[in-house]
Amino acid sequence: MLTLDHYLVLSAILFFLGAVGVMVRAQIIVVLMCLELMLNAVNLAFVAFARHLGSVEGQVIVLFVMVVAAAEVAVGLAIAVAIFRQKGAVGIDDLRVMKW
Amino acid sequence: MAESYFPIMVILLLSAFIGVAIVALSTLLGRNRPSEVKLMPYECGMDPIGDARRRFSVRFFLTGMLFIIFDIEIIFLYPWAIIYDKLMFFGFVEMLIFVAILAVGLAHVWKKGALEWE
Amino acid sequence: MISLPELTFVGILPALLLCAAGVVILVVGWFLRRGVLVVSCAVGIVGIAAALIANNPLRFANDSAFSNMLAVDAYSWFLNIVILIAAGLTILMSVRYLEDEGIAMYEYFVLVLFAAAGMMFMVGGDHILMIYIGLETLSISIYILAGGLPESVKSKEAAMKYLILGGFASGMFLYGAALLFGAAGTLSLTGLAKHFQAGQVGLLAKAGMGLILVGFCFKVSAVPFHMWTPDVYDGAPTPLTAFMSVGVKAAAFAAFVRVFFEALTQFQVDWTQILWALAVLTMILGNVAAVVQENIKRMLAYSSIAHAGYILIGMIAGGKAGISGVLYYLLAYTFTNLGAFGIVALVGRKGEARIMLKDYRGLGNSNPLLAVAMSIFMFSLAGIPPTAGFIGKFTIFSAALAQGYIWLVIIAVLTSIVSVFYYFRVIMKMYMETPETQPAALQLSPATAAALIISTAGVLYIGIFPTTYLGLALESVKPLF
Repeated sequence: MLTLDHYLVLSAILFFLGAVGVMVRAQIIVVLMCLELMLNAVNLAFVAFARHLGSVEGQVIVLFVMVVAAAEVAVGLAIAVAIFRQKGAVGIDDLRVMKW
Repeated sequence: MAESYFPIMVILLLSAFIGVAIVALSTLLGRNRPSEVKLMPYECGMDPIGDARRRFSVRFFLTGMLFIIFDIEIIFLYPWAIIYDKLMFFGFVEMLIFVAILAVGLAHVWKKGALEWE
Repeated sequence: MISLPELTFVGILPALLLCAAGVVILVVGWFLRRGVLVVSCAVGIVGIAAALIANNPLRFANDSAFSNMLAVDAYSWFLNIVILIAAGLTILMSVRYLEDEGIAMYEYFVLVLFAAAGMMFMVGGDHILMIYIGLETLSISIYILAGGLPESVKSKEAAMKYLILGGFASGMFLYGAALLFGAAGTLSLTGLAKHFQAGQVGLLAKAGMGLILVGFCFKVSAVPFHMWTPDVYDGAPTPLTAFMSVGVKAAAFAAFVRVFFEALTQFQVDWTQILWALAVLTMILGNVAAVVQENIKRMLAYSSIAHAGYILIGMIAGGKAGISGVLYYLLAYTFTNLGAFGIVALVGRKGEARIMLKDYRGLGNSNPLLAVAMSIFMFSLAGIPPTAGFIGKFTIFSAALAQGYIWLVIIAVLTSIVSVFYYFRVIMKMYMETPETQPAALQLSPATAAALIISTAGVLYIGIFPTTYLGLALESVKPLF
């Protein structure tokens, strides 16, 4: 039987994978996917908690997070396309005009 | 609990059997005379041009982005639709305003020419 | 039958007016060919003025609207004013800038207005979800604006970095929110407070608190979550950098304070220690790194990191004194930094070609008035009387001293002395050095002039007569305690 803990562990693993992905991957598109992964891990945690606590609040939050995540990624893609048009490449390593 | 899934299992088995049976019977009984035209991916469609792993044009991204945004905004309509009859006129007006704002966004996209392919 | 929540439009009217102004600009923009920038600027200013008027009833309210999603109180009132001032001055400064850069992008104003509305929802949010939505509304608008310079790769790069790190931070914030939700079963701030007061403070809640803190620290750019700040401030269009440095900071600090002082007071011992360490790191790194910058936008970016450190001291001190200090500081910082970036935008000229410190040589000769204004802003940033920056620092430091944080204040004063060095370098360049070739004097458009006059007057006025404003700040923090 799956318990709350299973879902939480899965969500923690997914979140961690996403976070590591954002830090180490070199392709902008992949980094954006990792951001999505992080947010969806959070969604999983919310739904699991909502189910466990018998509260609708968690489910409503998930709807909002999904919309926000979609908007964020769309803007990310738009900027990636703009960079691509200007430079013809979309690697993180190409973002080196400014030093960190 | 588990018993209530029994009909679904029957359907699954039945459909799997029919699917396998049709393919198996047609390979066993039918005649097989391949020709160049027949082996093309789409026998009666466009001729394939090049590899499937080509880079997508950035135009796909633009259309895709716009699609994603308007597609996902619709998510708010689902919970609204479920309790629509209980929200009455107020809910209708609220959703009208929401959709109107989305429509302004769509009109802006249109006006800016982001929906043109070329 | 579902009982609809009571609709208290008074709480969201200012934000609604801003959104309406934004939509109007969008529609007007379809039909206008020429002069679209000026018209949109005018509509934006009208919207902001209307929002300022609609904001007034909040001052005497202490209420919760939309089933406890939104707080309608004096705290929101004060910070809404700060945000509206920031948005208004940004819009005024931007017209000339956009014309010079040849960007006929009226969407710029729409996004500034939407971002300001997001900030208001963040400030008023009485529920973590509301704060999150406000945060994302403002962030997404600003990601787009930061990439707004069409010719510049640097601007796109800044936008991308901001988006990735901002998305990362809001992921952290949300995960923390999920953990808090799991611990308390609700995300409304009052609900959280009630739950924790009952004495159930588990590991889950502490982890959630930590992650939310990280999320906020990203947004206020506290060390070690500041990496994005210099690059994004440098790459974004200058008027927008001004808006980011004051508006985003004010909104993020407002929500930070509200969440931590309303919902998480049971953890105060824990988070005060964390903030203590972060504040010290932030002040030291921000000020030291600013000393070596040659690019004035990067210098002001590091200075804005350092100021986040000073504001954190107000949060550490806590209590009415500390938090009202934070509010006053945010108001002072808004006028000061907007003014300073306004002048940077002017001196930068087309294509932001002149944003190095050496470009300020001889400004005292060619544009004496601008140089005087810049000196006043630098004085205020350094915290020298009779400017607003001095009163802000003084209030926050004395609140911290009263709570016994002596070492913290010593470090803060020492780092402020370091900061005097790099702020005065700008003044030295303007008056003591002469360039090889004297550039033509800068021409101000009426809107820019108005913005600069308002900010200079603001810095001096609330610096010389601070009592009223300190009183207002003190009155505004009452709902929190």
